[in-house]
Amino acid sequence: MTKKTNSMPYTITEKILLRHTKLKTIHPGEFINAKVDICLGNDITAPFAIEEFEKLNLRDVFDKKKIVLVPDHFAPAKDMKSANQCKILANFAKKHGIKNYFEVGRMGIEHVLLPEMGLVVPGDAVIGADSHTCTYGALGAFSAGVGSTDLAAAYATGECWFKVPESIKFIFSGRLNKWVGGKDLILHTIGDIGVDGALYKAMEFCGPVIEILPMDDRLAMCNMAIEAGGKSGIIAPDKITKKFVKEALTFGKKHGVGQNRRGRFYLSDPGAKYSKVYEYDVRKIEPVVACPNLPSNVRPVKQLKGISINQAVIGSCTNGRISDLRLAARILRGKKVNSAVRLIVIPGTQAVYLQAVREGLAKIFVEAGGVFSTPTCGPCLGGHVGILAEGERAISTTNRNFIGRMGHVKSEVYLSNPAVAAASAIKGRIAHPEEVL
Amino acid sequence: MHKGKVHKFGDDVNTDEIIPARYLNTTDRGELASHCMEDADPRFAKKVKPGDIMVAGKNFGCGSSREHAPIAIKAAGVSCVIAESFARIFSRNSINIGLPIIESPEASERIKNGDIVSVDTVKGSIKNITRKEKYAFEKYPPFMRKIIKAGGLMEKIKRR
Repeated sequence: MTKKTNSMPYTITEKILLRHTKLKTIHPGEFINAKVDICLGNDITAPFAIEEFEKLNLRDVFDKKKIVLVPDHFAPAKDMKSANQCKILANFAKKHGIKNYFEVGRMGIEHVLLPEMGLVVPGDAVIGADSHTCTYGALGAFSAGVGSTDLAAAYATGECWFKVPESIKFIFSGRLNKWVGGKDLILHTIGDIGVDGALYKAMEFCGPVIEILPMDDRLAMCNMAIEAGGKSGIIAPDKITKKFVKEALTFGKKHGVGQNRRGRFYLSDPGAKYSKVYEYDVRKIEPVVACPNLPSNVRPVKQLKGISINQAVIGSCTNGRISDLRLAARILRGKKVNSAVRLIVIPGTQAVYLQAVREGLAKIFVEAGGVFSTPTCGPCLGGHVGILAEGERAISTTNRNFIGRMGHVKSEVYLSNPAVAAASAIKGRIAHPEEVL
Repeated sequence: MHKGKVHKFGDDVNTDEIIPARYLNTTDRGELASHCMEDADPRFAKKVKPGDIMVAGKNFGCGSSREHAPIAIKAAGVSCVIAESFARIFSRNSINIGLPIIESPEASERIKNGDIVSVDTVKGSIKNITRKEKYAFEKYPPFMRKIIKAGGLMEKIKRR
């Protein structure tokens, strides 16, 4: 590794942040300005950033290759105002020659799209004006959600201010039970430590379970670090990361993204300091559901079987990847969605969409009586494509179940993995996958 | 120095309650202000007066990164927010746009809805005029103070 990281034991997070400054050492609690490799904005957050950036009257952005714009929240535009927000992004991209603007038809949910296109590589420092930017920690990158003003500042300077976070280590050991995935591991963790259990901290996930956990599950785990108040989630990059990134870079090049970066693989030093260490025996973890109105309100599926649902949503930046859809299709194959339920399946990106069509997954969802939508964040934040009416209840593979999150203030959201959501769609109530197979 | 009437909220107030996503298709500050806190207290936007102070429990502003949240609060006329603790992105967004936020577990516990409170951000003290009490809080670290003193992050950058 580099000279400056040899002096004292550091966590991965500290090493990456140090590498992005001119400093010789780094300490948790210290305020730093760090260079960023990617700064991301969407149709909700980028318009404010663009407005602020333009007030500076600068001719150019700091580096047009490092800016990514994805209209995904209310896109394809749900109304005229949303269309205007998307237009602001398109115009800004055109004006500054920003190639990584992903128009409807080429876009996807940002946190599914960027890893898929190879836009984030291990060792990167990434900011995004979206709280779920913490997703990219799964690739061994430091990645944190920020606000629109931070994004505007980064457009101008290429830097962002940070308070160097302390790290918390989460060690997962044992063998995963059937139907338990990354989503259940992170929900279990949030249920244990609470929605502010990792406030301002970097959540480092490790242990034998994580070492063999597929990338899609790792992404789902890091995605929800913010739901525990975390600044970032991170997983040490390994063979699984290397293979994923190599394929993503090739895929990105094919789609004109053309990143020539392989990344830097940082590992936490043996003597690195953690503010806390949690150990979980995953043999004790069953498929779980987060009940309204906090992601920490976690209970085993088996305790919730009496709860009827009106809607099941499968998708989002947490669970909108191909393995999620495969899992849901495995449950739904040859089955029918309950007559009282609306099933809405939303692939994360165009590539996931196409793959789901090729593998016959889309056919399974439609034949079961479900909707197979174009990629969008849509219902997750109560945007469009499946808003709940007063008194309605949804099970969803998304990441938040706050009051009114998916629609009316008197509607409810239960969070689960894709297999549980699919089984529940069939049963018309919260159900364990074993009940339908 | 800020002085105003207190609007009290509980723990884990999230950004969906502060400004629901259905209003995120605009950057119009007045429009955002008119829906401020709508899903926590539908009457808030109507009853809030310029200078009023919000007081909440732990983890205020958790959830999404939407800067619309502190913008809506600021545009509604709220002069500062006091809480036991703040969610990370909400906290940095507030500092970046110049909305004073104050972490004080003591003030968060003692202050009741409707109290008249004054806040001295320079001295680091909160005076509860209604209850004749005083609470101390830790002043911002110098790094953050520079951003606040400049009038927000963009003003600081302009000066560079």
